[in-house]
Amino acid sequence: MKVELRHIHKHFGPVHANNDITLSIPAGTIQGLLGENGAGKSTLMKILSGFLRADSGEILLDDRRVIIRSPADAIRHGIGMLHQDPLDFPPLRVIDNFLLGQQAKGIFLQRNQALEAFQRLAQQYDFSLDPFAYVENLTVGERQQLEILRLLWLGVRVLILDEPTTGISAAQKQKLFATLRRLAEEGRTVIFVSHKLEEVEELCHRVAVLRAGRLVGEMHPPYDTRKLVEMMFGREIQAAPRASFAASIPVLRLQQMTLEDVRLRMTAVDLDVHAGETIGLAGMEGSGQDLFLRACAGLVRPVAGRVLVGEQDLTGKAYHAYKRAGVEFLPAARLEEGLVPGLTLSEHFLLVSERQGFFLQRAYAQRLAEEQIALYNIKGRPHSPVESLSGGNQQRALLALLRQPLSLLLLEHPTRGLDVESSIYIWSLLKERCRQGTAILFISSDLEEILQYSDRVLVFFSGKVSPPLEASALSVEELGGLIGGKGWEKFGVQRES
Amino acid sequence: MKREQIGLSLGLRLLAILLALLFTVMVLLLSGAPPLEAFRQIVLGAFGSYKRFTDVLVSWVPLLLVSSGLLITFTAGVGDIGIEGQITLGAIATTWALRLLQDSTLPPALSLLLATLAGMLGGAIWALLAGALKTFGGVNEIFGGLGLNFVATALTLWLIFGPWKRPGIGSMSGTEPFPQALWLPVLPGLRLSLWALVPGLLAWGMVFLLLSNTYFGLRLKAVGKNLRAAYLLGVPTWQHMMLAFLLCGALGGLAGSFQVTAVYHRLIPAISSGYGYLGLLVAMLVNFQTLWVAPVAFFFAALNLGSIQLPIVLKLDSSLSGVIQGVLVLFVLLLDGVRRRMERG
Repeated sequence: MKVELRHIHKHFGPVHANNDITLSIPAGTIQGLLGENGAGKSTLMKILSGFLRADSGEILLDDRRVIIRSPADAIRHGIGMLHQDPLDFPPLRVIDNFLLGQQAKGIFLQRNQALEAFQRLAQQYDFSLDPFAYVENLTVGERQQLEILRLLWLGVRVLILDEPTTGISAAQKQKLFATLRRLAEEGRTVIFVSHKLEEVEELCHRVAVLRAGRLVGEMHPPYDTRKLVEMMFGREIQAAPRASFAASIPVLRLQQMTLEDVRLRMTAVDLDVHAGETIGLAGMEGSGQDLFLRACAGLVRPVAGRVLVGEQDLTGKAYHAYKRAGVEFLPAARLEEGLVPGLTLSEHFLLVSERQGFFLQRAYAQRLAEEQIALYNIKGRPHSPVESLSGGNQQRALLALLRQPLSLLLLEHPTRGLDVESSIYIWSLLKERCRQGTAILFISSDLEEILQYSDRVLVFFSGKVSPPLEASALSVEELGGLIGGKGWEKFGVQRES
Repeated sequence: MKREQIGLSLGLRLLAILLALLFTVMVLLLSGAPPLEAFRQIVLGAFGSYKRFTDVLVSWVPLLLVSSGLLITFTAGVGDIGIEGQITLGAIATTWALRLLQDSTLPPALSLLLATLAGMLGGAIWALLAGALKTFGGVNEIFGGLGLNFVATALTLWLIFGPWKRPGIGSMSGTEPFPQALWLPVLPGLRLSLWALVPGLLAWGMVFLLLSNTYFGLRLKAVGKNLRAAYLLGVPTWQHMMLAFLLCGALGGLAGSFQVTAVYHRLIPAISSGYGYLGLLVAMLVNFQTLWVAPVAFFFAALNLGSIQLPIVLKLDSSLSGVIQGVLVLFVLLLDGVRRRMERG
C-alpha cells in the first residue's frame, strides 16, 4: 500500500516534534527512517499508527485521504506498528496474545481457527513458536515474531517497526530482515525506524533522515555513510580512542558461583575483577548475562559459591549491603527501575545525598542539582520531573546519581536507545570513573560497543560462560560466532554445564 | 505548574462542586423534598448556633486525624483501607487501659494520658498487621485491611456482650460509662474538648511538615511512586512502607481513643462512626495536598452534623450528607481524569 504523509505538524508544549514533514512511500518498499534521539521519528510513526493525532497535515493511503483516530482505526486501515518494547501480555499464552485485537465474532474465542491460522503463518514465515508457551518465557526476538504474525493475521499492509533490532540476537535479526524483505516482495510497505546506520543501509530500499523535527533529506542506494551521519547530526562524530585503566587490585571475586533461574543454570564461575578495568558481558538476550550481572549486585542470590567485594564476603547479602561496600547497579529500564517518575532532578539528588538530616535543605538541593546538571551536561532544570527528560538525559542523570567513589559499577545496556553522540559522552564519563579506580561490568547487545570499551570480555551462551577474553585480540566476527554458540570447543569442557 | 494549568485545575474543582450540588438537587427533587430548604437546614444544622459550630469541631477532630494519617500511606503508594479497624482498636485499647486504671490511685490526668498512648499503640499494631500482610505476605492491602476491619468489629461486639458487658446484661448501648474524672475536660456547656482539638491540629501540622519538608517524606514519595527504583537508589523500602502504616495506625488509634475519652466515655459497637471511610474520601479528594485536609475535613464534618436536622424538620434521611460527600468525591475524581486527558492533548 502506498503511504503519503503531507505537511505533518505536531507540537508538545513548546517542542515542535514534527515540523512540516512530507514523505511519500510507494508500495512494496522498505523505507528507512533515521534520526538521533528526539529527532521526531517515533512521533511521526505514532501519528501514522493512530497513537497520536497530528496538529495539522494529511495522511493518504493509496491516494485516498484518511483520518486515523486510534490504533484500532489504524489496523482497520491496514497499518500496524511493532513497538520498541513489545506491547503484549506476558502472563498469557502465545495463542491468546495472537487472538487479542481480533474483531470479535460472537462471545466465545475461536481458538481452533486461530491456532490453524497461527501455525500456517508461522510456517509460512519460518518462525518456530510454541503456541501454548507463556509469553513471559519468550525472548524479545520471539515476542517480536509473535507480534508480526498477529499483525499479519489482522491484515496489515503497512508494517512500522520502531528500533526492532534492539535486544534481539544476530540470528533473530537475520531472520527478521529476511521476513521484512519477503513482506516487501509481497507488496506490503515496511517502515524501519532506527538509528543504526549499518542496518538501515543493509536492509532499506530508501532512507529518510529526520533532525530536530524536520525531514532533512532522503537517499537511495548506494548509500554514502558519511553523508547520512552528517544529515543526522549536522556534523561528523569521532569515538574516543581506547583507554585502559586496569590495575591489579581485585574489587570483586567470584568463587565457584552457581546461578539458577527458570530457564538456565550457570555452574561454578570463577572471576577476579580488578580496579579500573572494564569487562563487557556479551551474549544473546537471556543467555545468563543479566542473571550474572544481578548476582554481582546481590539482586540475585547464588545457589552455591561465594561473592567477595574487596575483602568482604557478601554472599547471600541484600543489594544494600553491596551498596555500602561501594557497588552500584544501573538498570536498563530507566523509568521503571532507575528513576522515580514524578520526582524532580533535585529531589533525586537529595534522595541519594549522603548528608541526610531530618529536614530537607532546599537551597542545598538546588545547588547540588545545578552542580550535577552542569557536570554531567544534563539538558534539564533542577525542578524538571525526570520523566520529562529524553532518554539520553535520563541516562546522564542516573550516572550523576552514582556515589563517588565507587569500587564496582554494574551497568545494563548503558547506551541502549541513545544516539551516537550521547553514547560517546556517557562512555567518557564512565571511563573517567575507571581512571579513578572503579571497575565496570556492563551488558550490551552492541558488539562494537563491547569491543571498543572493554578490557576483557565474557561471552554467555545458554548458561555457559567463556573464560575472560582479551578484547584487543577479538574481532567482531569471532565474538559474533561465540554469541551464536560457535567456537566454544577451544575453551575445553570444564565450563560445560 | 503553569498559571493556566492552575486555573484549569481550580475551575474543574469548582465545576465538580457545582455538579455534585446539581446531582444532590436532583436526588432531593426525586424524593419530593424542597432542595433549597434542605440546604438551608444543613447550613443551620451545622452553623445555626455556637453550640452547633463546636459540635462540627467535635467530629472534625477524628476526621482530621484519620485523613492526615491516610495521606502518609497514600504517599507511600498504598491506601490503608484498614483504618476503620485501627480506629476501633484504638478505642478498644483505650477502654482496656481505662478499665485497668480506673480503680487505681493514679491521678486521672496520668490515667488519661496512658490510655491515650495505649490507643495509639493499639491502632499502630492493627496497622502493622495490615502492613505486614501486604509487605511480607503479599496480601493486597485492600483485602487485608477489610478483613481486619471485620475482625475489629467482631472483637468490639464480643467485648461489649462478653467480658466487658454491663452488670446484668450486655446491650448495644455499650460498656458501662467511665466515671466523669476520666472524661477529657470539655468547654463549659459544650461537647468540644480542647484536649482533643489541639492534638488533632498538631497532628495535621506535623504530617504536613513530615511529607513536604523532611527526608523521610521524600523517601516515602519515592517508595510510593516507584518502589523498585527507590530500592535501587538505596531507600530501605519495606521499612518505610511499614513506618507509613505505623504512623497512620497511630493517628487512627488516637482518633478512636478520643471517641472514647472525649465523646462517648465508653466503648460502643459503632465506635469508629465511619470516620475511617469518610477519611479515605477526604484523602482522595485532597489529592496529596496535606494543607487541604483541614478545610475539606471541616466541610465533611459540617455536612454530617448539618444533615442531622433533616429527619426532624423535613422527614428526610440524614444519609443525604453521605450522598453529597460521595458524589462530590466521584465528580472531583472524574474531572481529574478529564483534566489529565485535556493536558495530554
